[in-house]
Amino acid sequence: MAARNWIFAVAVAVAVFLSLSTFSSAQDLQIVNAERRIDLSSHIVKAFLTLKVENIGKDPAADMLLAFPPTQIKNLAMVQALAVMGKKKKKTYLPLDVKPTEQPDAPNDAGYFLVSFATPLGPGETVTLEVLYILTHSLEPFPVEITQSESQLVYYHDSAVVLSPYHVKQQTTFFKTPSTRVESFTSVEPANRAGKEIKYGPYEDRAPYSYAPVIVHFENNSPFAVVEELVREIEISHWGSLQITENYRLTHGGARHKGVFSRVEYQSRRSITGSSSFNALLAVLPPRVNSVYYRDDIGNISTSHLRTGFKKSELEFEPRYPLFGGWRATFVIGYRVPLEDYLFEAPDGRRYLNFTFGCPLVETIVNKLTLKVVLPEGSKDPSAVLPFTVNQDLQVKYSYLDIVGRTVVVLQKDNVVPTHNVPFQVYYTFKPIYMLAEPLMLVSAFFFVFVTSLAYVHIDLNIVKK
Amino acid sequence: MGGKQDPTANGSPKSESMGAKKASPDLLNSSFSFKSLKLKTKQQELLLRVSILGLVYVLAFIARLFSVLRYESMIHEFDPYFNYRTTLYLTEKGFYEFWNWFDSESWYPLGRIIGGTLYPGLMVTAALIYWTLRFLRFFVHIREVCVLTAPFFASNTTIVAYFFGKEIWDTGAGLVAAALIAICPGYISRSVAGSYDNEAVAIFALLLTFYLFVKAVKTGSLSWALGSAFGYFYMVSAWGGYVFIINLVPLYVLVLLITGRYSMRLYVAYNCMYILGMLLAMQIRFVGFQHVQSGEHMGAMGVFLLMQVFYFLDWVKYQLNDTKLFQTFLRITVTSAILVGGIALGVGTASGYISPWTGRFYSLLDPTYAKDHIPIIASVSEHQPTAWSSFMFDYHILLFLFPAGLYFCFKRLSDATIFIVMYGLTSLYFAGVMVRLILVATPAVCLISAIAVSATVKNLTSLLRTKQKVPQTGSTKGVGSSKSSSKVTLDQSQPFQKNGAIALLVGVFYLLSRYAIHCTWVTSEAYSSPSIVLAARGAHGNRIIFDDYREAYYWLRQNTPTDAKVMSWWDYGYQITAMGNRTVIVDNNTWNNTHIATVGRAMSSYEDEAYDIMRSLDVNYVLVVFGGVTGYSSDDINKFLWMVRIGGGVYPVIKEPDYLVNGEFRVDKGASPKMLNCLMYKLCYYRFGELVTEYGKPTGYDRARGVEIGNKDIKLEHLEEAYTTSNWIVRIYRVKPPTNRL
Repeated sequence: MAARNWIFAVAVAVAVFLSLSTFSSAQDLQIVNAERRIDLSSHIVKAFLTLKVENIGKDPAADMLLAFPPTQIKNLAMVQALAVMGKKKKKTYLPLDVKPTEQPDAPNDAGYFLVSFATPLGPGETVTLEVLYILTHSLEPFPVEITQSESQLVYYHDSAVVLSPYHVKQQTTFFKTPSTRVESFTSVEPANRAGKEIKYGPYEDRAPYSYAPVIVHFENNSPFAVVEELVREIEISHWGSLQITENYRLTHGGARHKGVFSRVEYQSRRSITGSSSFNALLAVLPPRVNSVYYRDDIGNISTSHLRTGFKKSELEFEPRYPLFGGWRATFVIGYRVPLEDYLFEAPDGRRYLNFTFGCPLVETIVNKLTLKVVLPEGSKDPSAVLPFTVNQDLQVKYSYLDIVGRTVVVLQKDNVVPTHNVPFQVYYTFKPIYMLAEPLMLVSAFFFVFVTSLAYVHIDLNIVKK
Repeated sequence: MGGKQDPTANGSPKSESMGAKKASPDLLNSSFSFKSLKLKTKQQELLLRVSILGLVYVLAFIARLFSVLRYESMIHEFDPYFNYRTTLYLTEKGFYEFWNWFDSESWYPLGRIIGGTLYPGLMVTAALIYWTLRFLRFFVHIREVCVLTAPFFASNTTIVAYFFGKEIWDTGAGLVAAALIAICPGYISRSVAGSYDNEAVAIFALLLTFYLFVKAVKTGSLSWALGSAFGYFYMVSAWGGYVFIINLVPLYVLVLLITGRYSMRLYVAYNCMYILGMLLAMQIRFVGFQHVQSGEHMGAMGVFLLMQVFYFLDWVKYQLNDTKLFQTFLRITVTSAILVGGIALGVGTASGYISPWTGRFYSLLDPTYAKDHIPIIASVSEHQPTAWSSFMFDYHILLFLFPAGLYFCFKRLSDATIFIVMYGLTSLYFAGVMVRLILVATPAVCLISAIAVSATVKNLTSLLRTKQKVPQTGSTKGVGSSKSSSKVTLDQSQPFQKNGAIALLVGVFYLLSRYAIHCTWVTSEAYSSPSIVLAARGAHGNRIIFDDYREAYYWLRQNTPTDAKVMSWWDYGYQITAMGNRTVIVDNNTWNNTHIATVGRAMSSYEDEAYDIMRSLDVNYVLVVFGGVTGYSSDDINKFLWMVRIGGGVYPVIKEPDYLVNGEFRVDKGASPKMLNCLMYKLCYYRFGELVTEYGKPTGYDRARGVEIGNKDIKLEHLEEAYTTSNWIVRIYRVKPPTNRL
């Protein structure tokens, strides 16, 4: 998605929303074919939905609706839509605008997203859409508590048919489980399982808002690494570096550990005990990263390895103890990157920081991400540009040798998944003269010390003359 | 160095490495009649002195940073964790909250009134530094301040040592003293970065008080005495060792009185220091009215009253003008004064107004006392009597220089040298009684040794210089106030004198350089380990870190209910509350012996008996430290006999012989049945019997004690393993709730 001014984006959204009620009618569209592939192999559920949409109405349609059941809408981290252009080999994908929206007559509190077509869909025309949506916290461990030697089983609730406000002529749904161990799955004929895949459908001619609840109960021992809260602080120093400090509150979001933790079992029979636990994490950091540290409230944690590369650096680290279900670990990762890679001057003379949003840990969910960009002292008019909406706020922070404090742009977003790791920009104005303030303060302090010592040597403080 | 100077002044500063002979140009040049050069010389001398002191200051600081470089910026050992926790509380909540803090996280269910049971000097100092830095816009973390407090105060101590040395001998001795104390292992052992303990600031306060008092006695000035009183107040606020000051100073005054050195200066200095110091000290809640109520402080009061009697007698003597009458009066007054004092003391003690000496005080005077009566004091390794080797280790050449310094002191007796001699001798005695008190003796030993070094080097260099400046011998003689230097000037006729002097000088410098090497080595090898993180050498020479303590504490902090109560031996109490943030039953404060004995009893009982005790104390988790896998020897099994002793001291059900076989402590098959089934044994060795720790050894081979354990089939009934760290050093067990009776 192209970066653009978010105010403009909001304006567009409002315009689209207003136009929606006037000329778009749900009955004008129908879905000829829907294929859904839901990847359940990690704790982040990724669903790929391929829709072939046809306009059966009289008027051209500018947009269409995607519906989600209320249980999913609150766990929905991201929805992306692409329009497929061209035939087989020469396929190109065109990203489409997706906005959350409200419908007055939504049955059962269903949630909606509005996909705007690149060009309005004329009567009789069809278009193929690729929709990706990501669900978090959607795998429910059952049993809720397991012992060290048990492996983790989870429930996944969904519908065998795609929830849609439109008529769906034909559809199929595939669930991909991480292993072949599937305890049970709801049967909605025709449904069958082959290896790691469960297939529902094909189903013909389903009316709008058809729903067929299914539960899949399967084994998932992938690390359920959930960061309850992540505070990333990016401190810009015009003296040549960006200092990034990341405060993590990590937890194992899977089935709770119960009873004994046996070290003997854990270290000698690693393959069969603690299979749902994890003790290694991987953070993808920028290239040319330096001064990396990994510590927590009580000191340095010595189990980490850093591999630096040209494209990216990888920090492989372990919490102090393996994380079993429900166990927590808080830690801080900090690093420094050269300024010239991330700070640029805009054509209008403003400066802007171009950095990656999201969480550097791979395959983790962040429940609450707060990203703070600490601008140098004396910066003015900050504004942030992001491809999605976040809460924005301004704060003031005092750091070394600050007098008026530094402006902090606070960006806050809930339910962040790795697909949110996209670049964002923070624009601000800055006069280079402010760079000299702090060195001058230090210089004058030292100067004062020298003057005092000079004075001490030259002035005779004795009252009585010798 | 400017070439304009005369050769003597030019030559000597060049060869300075310890700053020892710095004093000679100063003394020599001051007598020269080149008026135009006089200011120049003063400046040069000042520059030299300041730069040497500056270097010593920096040296004292950086020599203590080994631990930060080797490990990280962290708090060490046990007590510093409590100090860190309280400092954190102070900076977060402010002084009043801190002063009124009732801590429910320790000594469950009793709790501890922190504000009233600690010496706040260290925390307040660190908090003040922290607030000052923040005011100056240096946003440092309080941990960094705490870690670097000890080195910072060690640096300040060197400055005080310089002034003290200058006061008792001369500038040269002061500089040598500063240099010696900067790197003396006896002091470094307690003041490396991270060793955030009371002693870190207390030694500074101690030396400052002594210095100001000596200065006050020398000048008779009220202002110095006042300064000394404030120094004493700081010392009282910082460390329980202030008792040493309040006993040494009166003793010193008494000695001066006996040796006929009573003077008005002494009267002013002592009275002002004692009265003000006492009043100020009463402001510390932990000390309270002890100055007037405790037996340990009565000596100071007695001497204070004696001073008044002396003053009164002096006045009477002046009034009477009749020796015979005065003699009678003297007899009557002294007898009645002693009688009144004795009766007051007797009545006070009998009525309980004056508390008798505490056990700690007794154990200082009588080294065997603690072993027989207070096992909790005797169980601490730093309370053991000092071995000769540790004297050598901590003092190195100072051990030989000390008697030499004493010789010089006796040769030039003054009020100041008498003080330093008394300080040196008494503190050295205490250092012999307890290992940790080597620290108190260190400044004295350094100062006295500095006198020896300075005086020797000065004599030798002036001997070397006599030939060159024959015409100026007179001036040297006039200036050299010490007898030794003038004596040297007199017999210059000896033939090998000069060569001998050169040889001796070389010898002195060799010794001093050995000292510097030794100190650096000791600091880096022995005294810079945080003891939280253990380091070992792997098979391939690589460094292996055992970070099990923090692993366990952090596990407790993150994965147990916030109101969980953790039972462990008291050594780990402070660390659990500071790092694990959980309530403990007992901790290093050891104020309640019965409570500790209860824990000791639980650890040494059978599991079901221990379960009842733990239930009664609401214990949720039990933490034990076990070194059997790594070969870490200071674990709970090796401390176990002390638990038995302390537990048995209060609960006679626990009998030490039950755990021994023929007076021998064993954990293998030959161990006593009680030992093999007590809670501590079970918790340490639970499922250890399945583990192969060393290649070629049977399962369950305990590497710390080098035996195969005697009970490999351990079943736990009321407890379950909650967590064991990666190297098994810390094992945490959960106390199960009682089983349902139905």
